[in-house]
Amino acid sequence: MTYEASPMAVGVFALFVAVTLGISFYMGRKAKSSQGYFAAHGQIPWFVNGVAFAGDYLSAASFLGICGMIAFFGYDGFLYSIGYLAGWIVALFVIAEPMKRLGKFTFADALNHRFNSRSIKLAAGVSTLAVSVFYLIPQMVGAGALVTPLLGWPHWLGVCVVGAVVILIVVTAGMVSTTWVQFLKGSLLVVFSTVLTVLILGRGFAVSDRPAEQQTIVQTNDSFTVNDQPSTEQAATEAMRPIGEIVSLPSGESSTGPLGPLEFFSTLQESEIVLWQQEQSTSDDGTTTTTYTPNRRSGAEVLLPGEKFTGLRSDKLIDKVNFLSLMLALFCGTASLPHILIRYYTVKDGAAARKSTIVGIACIGFFYVLTLYMGLGAMTSGDIFSFNSNMAAPLLARSINEPLFAIISAIAFTTVLGTVSGLILASAGAVAHDLVEALATQTMTDQERVRIAKFASVVVGVIAIVLGIVFKEMNVSYLVGWAFSVAASANLPALVMMLFWRRVTAMGISCAVVVGMVSSLAWILLSSDSFEKIYGLPASDAWVPFSQPGIVTIPLGFAVVIVVSLLTQPREATA
Amino acid sequence: MIDRNARIGLVLFAAYIALYGGFMLLNAFAPSSMRWIPALGINLAIWYGFGLIISAVVLALLYGALCNASTSKEESQQ
Repeated sequence: MTYEASPMAVGVFALFVAVTLGISFYMGRKAKSSQGYFAAHGQIPWFVNGVAFAGDYLSAASFLGICGMIAFFGYDGFLYSIGYLAGWIVALFVIAEPMKRLGKFTFADALNHRFNSRSIKLAAGVSTLAVSVFYLIPQMVGAGALVTPLLGWPHWLGVCVVGAVVILIVVTAGMVSTTWVQFLKGSLLVVFSTVLTVLILGRGFAVSDRPAEQQTIVQTNDSFTVNDQPSTEQAATEAMRPIGEIVSLPSGESSTGPLGPLEFFSTLQESEIVLWQQEQSTSDDGTTTTTYTPNRRSGAEVLLPGEKFTGLRSDKLIDKVNFLSLMLALFCGTASLPHILIRYYTVKDGAAARKSTIVGIACIGFFYVLTLYMGLGAMTSGDIFSFNSNMAAPLLARSINEPLFAIISAIAFTTVLGTVSGLILASAGAVAHDLVEALATQTMTDQERVRIAKFASVVVGVIAIVLGIVFKEMNVSYLVGWAFSVAASANLPALVMMLFWRRVTAMGISCAVVVGMVSSLAWILLSSDSFEKIYGLPASDAWVPFSQPGIVTIPLGFAVVIVVSLLTQPREATA
Repeated sequence: MIDRNARIGLVLFAAYIALYGGFMLLNAFAPSSMRWIPALGINLAIWYGFGLIISAVVLALLYGALCNASTSKEESQQ
């Protein structure tokens, strides 16, 4: 569904792309060797690396996905902010310094430093690819969702353009350009999110004078109607009514005027808001009907968990376990994400790794506080659309003014560029440094390794484009939750046990990575969410009892590494 | 010195796990506790959520300061 293109947004967008590519081509001259291409020669200053951590980590899922989820479901979206940040505690206190000390280019280096095992290289390489591709899907979906309102292009074209620009960034200068793009993006995202939040507080809340009425989209093989009017998929927003209403404010006020940061919540707590319930049905003749029904909610309910994670308000144990499983995966996942871990190789030593993680946590934590203001601001802006939660943040900016919309959209676009660059680079490193080296019969030259990495970047980029088009309807934050589950299950048990248990063996590590990855992927593919949202089958047909695998598959990874290591102890140790 | 840093990290890690785990368990098994309004008309869910984010930043800064202190001490002893 497209929007009218904004000339100012197009201008800012073009400027950002030009600056980004300019940085890449300029830096490209400095990254000819493996050490330069994969690790920026270990010469990135710790403060720059810290902000680049934020730029790498604050992906489309954080900016678009969380803001959208808060705008549509209230507090539940903020649970993702809490979980994403908590994961950095694992990264700082457990992983950061040993990771820098033990590795060189990829996550497999650290896992393998005691063994020099081909099986570890293979397992860690495949796991890096799986996690990165899983994580790429929501980034590319977010890219399509962004470029659509920015340029008026259809989703698929947006995804293709983003994919092409990112491939160019990674192929030209690897980690050097990726770092500076991420630094630029991290800085801009935090600064302009602060500006947006200040403007939201300055505007305050106002009661909507527009009635909230049910909206319907009916799609058949040869027709498309929106609210009973003939339309097209491309022009649907012209017929859809924007949403985001406050029904009443405390003491019967019609508007509040500027609010303080705490007053913002206490006012909302005593207000009434409209949330929107989406239902979709498909009849035998293939007609799909999607209805969006207004649902009046008290502010006190919206500011509590349970609107999205409805199981929290039920007595069903399985729903509570599903919630805990997701939060466990978010906690354990950050320190297992290959594109985050490789950033530790771009600084000179363990102290710089530690300092840059602290800078990253400060930037990321501050941003996540802002997500609650931006999400609730979008929820009450009166200017978002019910069919696309991923667009809430840019549309919130548009509800304030057009220049801000142009800037926020362009920043969100660089958000995607920064994260996708990191993911593609991590994948390319895994192919060139882990997989090919594990399978090759002779040692590669430095140039050959860089050439393979560049070729792998193009292939992974193309795969990301295809998946970004296929999964366009999914909420990006939800998809990232899955990527965290796979990363936490496959990588964390092996990494932690390698660091803290002397009896761990190469076979134990390899098996834990493979079992963690396969079990979490299988769990996700057999879950009710996949049945319902991907295969279009009834959720009740799912093979596993709840959707989020972490609570089962992370302990399984630990169990596998312990049992297999004990069974494969070297003879002198067991004698 | 590396061992000392690791020990500091693990102690702070345990403190944060207690805070994070407490929040998740309260949400899962006693969700009505989040309705409580301890101060300024804002419920526990928001206070605790912001508290988790701010405490992560504070613990990170504390860790940095303690590790720097241990590095300086080590250098002065050499």
